[in-house]
Amino acid sequence: MIIYLPIAEVSVNAFLLLGLGGMVGVLSGMFGVGGGFLITPLLFFIGIPPAVAVATSTNQIVASSISGVLAHFKRKTVDLVMGGVLMAGGLIGSAIGVVIFNYLRAQGQVDLLVQLCYVIFLGAIGALMFVESLRAIRRASKPGAVPVRRKHNWVHALPFKIKFRVSGLYISVIPPIMVGMVVGILAAIMGVGGGFIMVPAMIYILGMPTKVVIGTSLLQVIFVAGFTTMLHATTNQTVDVLLAVLLLIGGVIGAQVGTRIGLKMKAEQLRILLAMLVLLVCGKLAFDLLVMPSELYSLGVRGA
Amino acid sequence: MMLRLIALLMLLALPAKAEEIVLGLSRDAVAITVTFQGSDIIVFGAVSRNAPAPQDSELGVIVTIAGPDEPVTVRRKARRMGIWVNTDAVDVSAAPSFYAVATTAPITEILRDVEDLRNRITIPRAIRAVGATVPDSAAFTEALIRIKTDQNLYQMLEGAVQLDQDTLFRSAISLPATLTEGDYTAHIYLTRDGVVIDDYLTTIPVSKVGLERWLYNLAHTQAFLYGLMSLAIAAGAGWLASAVFGMLRR
Repeated sequence: MIIYLPIAEVSVNAFLLLGLGGMVGVLSGMFGVGGGFLITPLLFFIGIPPAVAVATSTNQIVASSISGVLAHFKRKTVDLVMGGVLMAGGLIGSAIGVVIFNYLRAQGQVDLLVQLCYVIFLGAIGALMFVESLRAIRRASKPGAVPVRRKHNWVHALPFKIKFRVSGLYISVIPPIMVGMVVGILAAIMGVGGGFIMVPAMIYILGMPTKVVIGTSLLQVIFVAGFTTMLHATTNQTVDVLLAVLLLIGGVIGAQVGTRIGLKMKAEQLRILLAMLVLLVCGKLAFDLLVMPSELYSLGVRGA
Repeated sequence: MMLRLIALLMLLALPAKAEEIVLGLSRDAVAITVTFQGSDIIVFGAVSRNAPAPQDSELGVIVTIAGPDEPVTVRRKARRMGIWVNTDAVDVSAAPSFYAVATTAPITEILRDVEDLRNRITIPRAIRAVGATVPDSAAFTEALIRIKTDQNLYQMLEGAVQLDQDTLFRSAISLPATLTEGDYTAHIYLTRDGVVIDDYLTTIPVSKVGLERWLYNLAHTQAFLYGLMSLAIAAGAGWLASAVFGMLRR
């Protein structure tokens, strides 16, 4: 079934979009990522204009994150206090991000920025997570090995400490706000909820337990992605609601399935899978930047 | 519209034209619906004469369909510090969003270059590139044509107009699904020995209808409301999926 999208102004196969949404939804529920880092490049690939792809995927992220977070609420694996603090940082960050995005779009460099962001962040995070979870798996396979106690790092030396009961943490609010802000900026620029940066940041910088991380990350992703959707809709008119609906029908169902798969797996296994996925996307994007493109020229509408 | 036509006819003024175009279109408007997959437009017509057709020269028919002009920026990538980035750019002040040229024979045989220059018929002539700031700006317009041709938005269809007995002509032009809105113009030229002897211009409005129209208008006039609606749909769908799956588990 072919559908003409009113804002993107292209025709696409509806079933392709449903499938795409479903696949990304499964990953979203499993790893606590919105799946934007996958869906945005995939939308580019099927011919959706980049500006519409970035804006619309934020809307689809809202849907699959809500679907996922509700499943986590039932299992009490959401830290509301931490979510709130991260969100405060995230909203500031996403407002800054949209300003940067619009400025660079006028300069014609937005594609480059988006790609560089992807390569750098996906590469660094993917590699870190991969190495760490590989070590964790090796440790776990050795019988009698003592799990290493969480170390106190610079995070614990900052003021304004708060008790995060669900996460079992007593730390300053400054690092979570900073993490939220950085993720917010990237969310707006890259059309992602920022889960793939948030999840490792919560595990490695804030020291939260993996099971709580996923639900909490989803919670904050909802609000950052929702805010970004509004900003894109009002400043650029690039949110295609028809495209979003098709993606999110698949997405919300996938997220439910993914959450159930995720709960059956070990934390290290989840992390190493996410790391591999992140590295794969990173590799593909790096390849595109380094290899001479087959078409050196590109068209853009001026003033938009 | 009428005035322009009259002005055009006056410009071309030959004392009482010997051959004239009588035109028909398979459709006079294109509606973009939710299930729009592109559209075929059949341009047909006849050459009316008040004297027998001259035998010593060749008759040619050229049909063009042009979408609304839009400014385009063409950017070129170059290698900087190991990666490929956009460097040079050329602004094309007006390029048709869609452009198809259909002819009865190879264009060079039925249209002289001077006539092409005057009427701006072929694809490179239909593009207005001014304000070029880089030395090899021609490469940029070539790239524009190449990319648009790959997307089926520019079509050069030599020999796609059928001409029967030097009188009846017919051509089918397919509009792709990636059409933008606006007034499209169908322009038909009649040539003899490469010189335009008559032309006919008509407009085909292309517009979104129904749901497409409503969503597009809402997004542009009520952006805030549209954003809220998108979010509400997303939230509703997320909640619904969770509720349904919750019931299935019980």
